[in-house]
Amino acid sequence: MVKFIVRRLLLLIPILFGLSLLLFIWVRALPGGPATALLGEKATPARIAEVNKSYGFDRPVLTQYLTYMKKVIHLDFGQSIALRRDVTDEILRRFPATISLAAAAMLFAVGIGVPLGLMAARRERTWFDFTAVTASLVGVSIPVFFLAQILKYIFALKFSLLPTIGRLTTTRHLEVHTRIEVIDSIIAWDGGALWDSIKHLILPGIALGTIPLAIIARITRASVLEVLNEDYVRTARAKGLRTRAISRGHVLRNALLPIVTVIGLQTGLLLSGAVLTEQVFTWNGMGSLLADGVIKKDYPVIQGGVMFLAVVFVLVNLLVDVLYAVIDPRIRVS
Amino acid sequence: MKLSRKAVLVMTEGDVEDMAEIAPSNSLGREGLRRIKRNPLAVVGGSVILFFILVAIFAPLLAPFDPRSTAWFDQIRPTLIPGPSGAHWFGLDAAGRDELSRIIYGARASLVIGVLSLLIGAFIGAMIGLLAGAFGGWVDSLVMRITDIMLSVPGLLLALSIAAVIGQSQTSIIVAVAVPNIPLFARLLRGSMLGERQKDYVASAESVGVRRRSLVMRHVFPNSLAPMLVQASLALSTAIIDASALSFLGLGSADPGVAEWGRMLTDTTRYLRVAPHLAIFPGVAIMITALGFNLFGEAVREALDPKLRR
Repeated sequence: MVKFIVRRLLLLIPILFGLSLLLFIWVRALPGGPATALLGEKATPARIAEVNKSYGFDRPVLTQYLTYMKKVIHLDFGQSIALRRDVTDEILRRFPATISLAAAAMLFAVGIGVPLGLMAARRERTWFDFTAVTASLVGVSIPVFFLAQILKYIFALKFSLLPTIGRLTTTRHLEVHTRIEVIDSIIAWDGGALWDSIKHLILPGIALGTIPLAIIARITRASVLEVLNEDYVRTARAKGLRTRAISRGHVLRNALLPIVTVIGLQTGLLLSGAVLTEQVFTWNGMGSLLADGVIKKDYPVIQGGVMFLAVVFVLVNLLVDVLYAVIDPRIRVS
Repeated sequence: MKLSRKAVLVMTEGDVEDMAEIAPSNSLGREGLRRIKRNPLAVVGGSVILFFILVAIFAPLLAPFDPRSTAWFDQIRPTLIPGPSGAHWFGLDAAGRDELSRIIYGARASLVIGVLSLLIGAFIGAMIGLLAGAFGGWVDSLVMRITDIMLSVPGLLLALSIAAVIGQSQTSIIVAVAVPNIPLFARLLRGSMLGERQKDYVASAESVGVRRRSLVMRHVFPNSLAPMLVQASLALSTAIIDASALSFLGLGSADPGVAEWGRMLTDTTRYLRVAPHLAIFPGVAIMITALGFNLFGEAVREALDPKLRR
C-alpha cells in the first residue's frame, strides 16, 4: 500500500514538470510576449523594455524557465502583478474558502444524489424512476452561472431569506484559525457565527452541487441496477434474506466502487472548478482568484494557481484510489 | 470470401431469411440509426437541436428587430428595464435592445462556437489517437504522457488559462474549449483501436498480407469510430456550456454589440433585481440547447453501445 502511494506521488513530478513547461512556453509564445499582453497593444517600446527587464522576460527562455522552476521547487510562485502580493500567500489565503464551498456542495450532492439514485433503481421503470432520470439529465444541462443567478434572485432578492455575498456578515467579528468559517466559529464557540456562516454557504453550495448531484444520482442508479441483476443477489433473496439485509450487505457494498469514483472525481473538479459559482456569489476563493487573474492577465497567478489546483486534483484522485483498496479487498492484492 | 459466397448460393431463400433474422446484415451504423429513430429521447433531443439550428440559420428572417439597434434606450431607467410585452416578447435589455432578437442571433454565435470547438478538438484528438494507435511504441508512450499532463488539469481550468493567454475574442474561446477535448478523443480512439487490433479479422487481414496503412485506415480505424461518435454527441453539450461560461467570465468578443448567450448573462448580473428576465431568457436558451444535445447523445450511446441493447 505504502509502495503504491509513493509510486503515485512520484508520478506527480513529471506531471508537474510537463505542466509548468507547457504553461511557461504557452505564455511566452504569444506575439509581443507577456509584456505586450500586460500593457496592451498601445504600450511604448520603452515601457515594454522596462517591464521586460523588471520581470526578467528579456533573458533567454531556458534561463527564465530554470529560474522559475528553482523558485517553484521552494513553493515560490512569484509575485502577483495585479495584487502585488506573493502568489503562494494568496493561494493559501484563498484555498480554505474553496474547500468549505466544495465541502458544502458535496454534502448536498452526495446527501441527495445517492439516496435518489438508490430509490430510482429500486423502482426501475416507474414514474419515479423516469422523473429522476429526466431530472438528472436536466441537472447536467443547467449552466452553473445561470442556476446561481436564479437562486440568488429567488432566495435573496425576491424573498430576502439568505445572504448572497461573501462568507460571513461583514459586521461580525470572528477570530481566524483555519479560514474555514464553519470550523473557526466552532473553535470560538460562537453559535451565531456558525449559523451565519452556514447560511452563507447554502445558496453557493446548492448552485455548485447540482451538477455533481445529477451525475452521482445517475451513477448510483446505474451501478445499483447492475448489481441487482447479479446472481448472488438472487441467491440472497432465494435463501430468504430480508430486503434491508440484501441492500446493505450485498447491493450497496458492491455498487459502491463506481459511486466512490465519481464522488472523488467530482470533488477534485469542485475544488478547482468553482470559478463560476465564486464569481456570482463574490466568494473569495481560488476560483475568483483565477478568474480575476485571467481578466487582468496576471500570469504568475495563472501559472501558480493552475499548478496548485492540478496538484490538488491529482492528490484527490490518488485518495480515491486508496479508498478503493479499502472498499474492495480484491484490489489490494493486485 | 469466396467460400462464403458459394455457401450462400447453395442455400435456399428461406435459409437466407433465417440468417438475416439471426444476424442482420445491416452495418452498425444503419442498425444504430434505426435504434435512434425509435428512441423517444432521441426524437425530443433531435427536434430541439434541429429547432435551434433552424433559428440560427434563419435568424435574419425570424428576428423582429436588429439585435444591435438601441432604438428603445429612452425606455430604460436605472430602476426599470421593461420586461416582456406585446411589442417586445422577451423585453428589452439594459442598452435598450430587443432581447428576443438578441436571443435569436445568439443561437448563431453559441452553436457555431460550440460545434466548431468540438469538431476541432475531436479532429486533432482523433489524429493524435490514430498516430498512437497505429504506430504504438514510443509514439504511443509520448502521446500518453502528454495527454496525462493535459488531463491532470480540469477542462474548464485549462480552457480558462488558454483563453487568458490568447485574449478576448470568439476565436480564443473556440481554441480554449477545443484544447481540453484533444486528450479525451486521442485516448478514446487509441483505446478502441488497441481493442480492435486484438480481434481476429485484423489477424487474418495481416496474415493475407494487407499493408499496415490500409489495415489501419480501412479496417481498424472505421471500426473504432463508434465510441468517438458517442463521446462527440455528449461532449457537444459540455462544449456549448463551457463556451458560454468563458464568455460569461468576459473572455468573449470585445465588441459589446455581439449577441452571445453567455455574454448576455454577464451583462445582466448587475440588473438582476430590476430585470430578472434578462437572466432567464439566455440561461434557459443555453439550458435547452445543452439538454437537447444530452438527450440525443444518450440516445446515440444507447444505440451504439452493445451492452445497453435490449
